Amino acid sequence: MTLTDHLIVAPVLLPLATAALMLLLGEGRRGLKAAFNLLSTTAGLAIAIYLLMGVAERDAPAAFGVYLPGNWPVPFGIVLVVDRLSALMAVLTGCVGLASLLFALARWHHAGAYFHVLFQLQLMGLYGAFLTADLFNLFVFFEVLLAASYGLLLHGGGGERVRAGLHYIAINLVASLLFLIGVAVLYGVTGTLNMADIAQKLPAVPASDRGLLHAGAAILAIAFLAKAGLWPLNFWLPQAYAAASAPAAAVFAILTKVGVYAVLRLWTLCFPADAGASAGFGGGVLVWGGIVTLAFGALGMLASQQLARLAGYSVIASSGTLVATIGFAMPALSGGALFYLASSTLAGCAMFLLVELLERSRQVEVGPQQIDDGHHALPAFLDAEPPAGTNLDDNEEALTGRAIPAALAFLGVAFTVCALVTAGLPPLSGFVAKLAMLSALLDVHAPAAWALFALLILSGLCAAIALMRVGVRHFWTAQDRTSPRLRVIETLPIAGLLAATVALMLQGEAVLSYARATAESLQTPDLYINAVMGARPVLRDAGGAP
Amino acid sequence: MELVISIAIGVMASAGVWLVLRPRTFQVLIGLSMLSYAVNLFIFSVGSLFVTREPIVQPGVPADLANYTDPLPQSLVLTAIVIGFATTALFLVVLLALRGLSGGDHVDGQEERP
Repeated sequence: MTLTDHLIVAPVLLPLATAALMLLLGEGRRGLKAAFNLLSTTAGLAIAIYLLMGVAERDAPAAFGVYLPGNWPVPFGIVLVVDRLSALMAVLTGCVGLASLLFALARWHHAGAYFHVLFQLQLMGLYGAFLTADLFNLFVFFEVLLAASYGLLLHGGGGERVRAGLHYIAINLVASLLFLIGVAVLYGVTGTLNMADIAQKLPAVPASDRGLLHAGAAILAIAFLAKAGLWPLNFWLPQAYAAASAPAAAVFAILTKVGVYAVLRLWTLCFPADAGASAGFGGGVLVWGGIVTLAFGALGMLASQQLARLAGYSVIASSGTLVATIGFAMPALSGGALFYLASSTLAGCAMFLLVELLERSRQVEVGPQQIDDGHHALPAFLDAEPPAGTNLDDNEEALTGRAIPAALAFLGVAFTVCALVTAGLPPLSGFVAKLAMLSALLDVHAPAAWALFALLILSGLCAAIALMRVGVRHFWTAQDRTSPRLRVIETLPIAGLLAATVALMLQGEAVLSYARATAESLQTPDLYINAVMGARPVLRDAGGAP
Repeated sequence: MELVISIAIGVMASAGVWLVLRPRTFQVLIGLSMLSYAVNLFIFSVGSLFVTREPIVQPGVPADLANYTDPLPQSLVLTAIVIGFATTALFLVVLLALRGLSGGDHVDGQEERP
């Protein structure tokens, strides 16, 4: 056991320890907590990137890091596994977490005493869900991240949040119960909870138990798909995400991807093409469910009047795209989908942060005003006197040569970039992802593939129309609106996220080849099974305590 | 034994589903609790159901499920109870907050218009 192996458990332990420490600090000392939180989140991102580099440079058969937290032999103890998919998701979690935290530091963390604790527990649940290779442990981390998300959704208070929060909690509690039923049935059929061991034992399940197995898997999938926001399990999503405070909604951009991740991981592991009687079980449901979800999301974007709801529907559309493409079980297609996952998560997070800044000038959200006194704010040039001799309009203001307020210019550029990525228009990363998926779909000759092909293009059009309409309303029709005051720390995370999508585009070839390698290793579950089942506990005599 | 357990699960699950679909927040809360009891019993029954066997392997007795009961579902139930209890308590807090903010106990925060 080298230090690198121990780093696999660090993304879970670090937020847990930080959260516990911050609880000890009590309700005050916000500055100290903010510093701890920032330090821990940054360290988590750094560890995730290190894990990603570790698996990326290794060849496919060895691209697994397996860690036994309790040092028990494999099918009995909990196993943590980092492979390409887990590492990718962990890095996305780190990016989204850091961006949301920076945004929250501007004002939102003043709105509740335990924001930082909840935030760290949210990150812990996310990292744990992505790293664990044990079904019941996955349930526990799901509950950790859900419990933290209940708190974060209610952060800031107010009737709208409490009402949306009540629905959100009720739906997720029912989904968790379905999760438990699914886990129990799978345990009853296979006698194990280790994902690799379940996958290994599935072909040997007798025909009499196969119906029970399929029922259990389907119930489990309902729990994951409700989390992922698949139609018709997603009516809670736009309301809840629109009601959440901006940093919480930005973190929630990756919560739907947890459901997608769980489906991708378990479905490819348990029901590959060579699984005999269960081969590709439920693939049609994933494909058509995803297609309907994509259509629902696109129509919802067109229909929504509020920007926050529009962002929620764009999350639904991206979930639909991912679930539908996963259901085809083709490495080239899944590779494009994973690229799309990275791009849409970053863009979705940036969109939720932008929503608040755009709405702020409309004074919809009344936050703690006293901290918005203009310190560290970008300069607004509204009060500048026009130079003598310029053309003036009806209100005696200059028609030409009027400086655009820096804050408005930033918002405009950021919104445009975000819209381009979300709608999948060239030249940004959303387009690269869509192109990869579309070109892979051309090789599938099935009605579902043609439907998805057409819908991917149509949904891009719908997104472009909806976002353009919002952009026109916010930036061009507002004549007498004062320029919003932005603090640099609020613009920093948005700029960072959008820079990340630009980097995804510039490094498109490298990222796409990583995504394809991920998809290929997912389609050959034997690699994962062998890596997990081959892990041996550390002997006390040989290497000391693990 | 199996019959009693399965009837108990069925009754509690159906009562829970009916209550969860009711428009009053407290009914939803009780429904969620009923559902979680049903699920806990269900997990418990996934292991082998015995009255007299303990989940401990005895010396001299072969360690298979005919001689002792499976300890794992019991530990799963324990975890599920703890998590379910905590989330139900949280739901109760949100329920009270909604009641304070809206003045009613309808799940949507306002009564349906006739």
